[in-house]
Amino acid sequence: MRKKTAMQKRLIVSDQLLDIMLQRLAHQLIENHVDFSESVILGLQPRGIYLAERLEQKLNAILGFPVRTGALDITFHRDDFRRRENPLTANATRINFHIENQNVILVDDVLYTGRSVRAALDAMIAYGRPAKVELLVLIDRRYTRHLPIEAMYVGKYVNSLPSEKVLVEWKAPDNPEDNVWLITKNEEL
Amino acid sequence: MQQLSVRHLLGIKDLTPADIALIFETADNFKEVLSRTIKKVPSLRDITIANVFFENSTRTRLSFELAEKRLSADVINFSASGSSVKKGETLLDTVNNILAMKVDMIVMRHASAGAPHFLSRHIKANIVNAGDGTHEHPTQALLDSFSIRERYGEVAGKKVAIIGDILHSRVALSNIFALKKLGAEVMVCGPITLLPRYISELGVKVELDVRKALAWCDVANVLRIQLERQQMKYFPSLREYTLYYGIDKKLLDSLNKEITIMHPGPINRGVELSSDAADSHHSIILNQVENGVAIRMAVLYLLASQVA
Repeated sequence: MRKKTAMQKRLIVSDQLLDIMLQRLAHQLIENHVDFSESVILGLQPRGIYLAERLEQKLNAILGFPVRTGALDITFHRDDFRRRENPLTANATRINFHIENQNVILVDDVLYTGRSVRAALDAMIAYGRPAKVELLVLIDRRYTRHLPIEAMYVGKYVNSLPSEKVLVEWKAPDNPEDNVWLITKNEEL
Repeated sequence: MQQLSVRHLLGIKDLTPADIALIFETADNFKEVLSRTIKKVPSLRDITIANVFFENSTRTRLSFELAEKRLSADVINFSASGSSVKKGETLLDTVNNILAMKVDMIVMRHASAGAPHFLSRHIKANIVNAGDGTHEHPTQALLDSFSIRERYGEVAGKKVAIIGDILHSRVALSNIFALKKLGAEVMVCGPITLLPRYISELGVKVELDVRKALAWCDVANVLRIQLERQQMKYFPSLREYTLYYGIDKKLLDSLNKEITIMHPGPINRGVELSSDAADSHHSIILNQVENGVAIRMAVLYLLASQVA
């Protein structure tokens, strides 16, 4: 008998639900940061920047003015360089403002082991000393943390196995809707 | 996720255009790192690098050392003067002794062409060639092309004249390989005695008149007259060389277009380049030095991902 691997893809957040979620996260941010005069958003490369972009649009629509938003690349601060099979390719860091004494909201799509966030904290410190740092994630995979890191704002908590993967797909020219999928690789006989 | 096609950086000749593109993209990111308040990343903190210099160097060695330190690598420096090389130790023995101290990468400059290639066949560590005799100087060529890309947006289609002592120049050979791979047009210009006989086989134009070369090019990479490598007279006198091949502000102003002046250093001011030309707005000589650190960080970072 030949073993074959099948991939199961289960929808965990639909397009409509994701929009409500973003709306809620934006309002939670406003509740804590009011006019964002001393607050900035940093999306983590490579995938957190899309969520940061969406939040920025939502906030702009509600507040009527833009919130300072940047992209932070963590490649050179990761702890798995030379410990993984594929080398890491760096992405651009775009921070056109000072983070010294600001409230920084780090934004990523999925919180899993917490190692990316640890690297992000390191990478961020190279730009200055923020007054306060918060973490916002769309999906928090529960009970999978390797480090004592928790998010302050969470779109949805998901229980998942290490063999599973959470995939956030954003609306793009080749993709009509926003969706979040839980992907399972099954080994069948 | 991309990776270099080579384990060592011995010369530009072995690199693919994709390798060069990957090095440039990585260097862009390191250039951004160098503009931060804290100009250091922890990527290479578990790597030890030996800078083994059998020949004198200021810029290249400082640039490599700074690149290594910015990447948090441990660094040891070795120079042939004042070492056991004077007592008759062979190259392989010297390097093996350094490697016995658990060194992961070697940055080497040597007066003999092919010395790093020889080493690469006998040792496990990754090697970066920092100049081997009159053969290649790959990181210099990478930073030169990177600086042209920074100035013009791309290298492809640009006309680059390499002017001066082509015969003794490793910078010239590496630059020719790099520029051709990136799609630039290349011309070499110098006194006939300082042009290698079959240089046009590499697909470069040859020109003896420096005015015509300057009128043709977008970028002039001016090389130093390497008196230390010349065992015989290739031209009657330095004064005569300056008269025929020296570039000054007057000559640059007489061209009816803007060209960019580059020089790998050290400059013999008043010989191949006058002070008013070297310090003019045409010159990107100090940008080259700045880019050198980012390029060397990129090369070390990409090679280090292959350290076992």
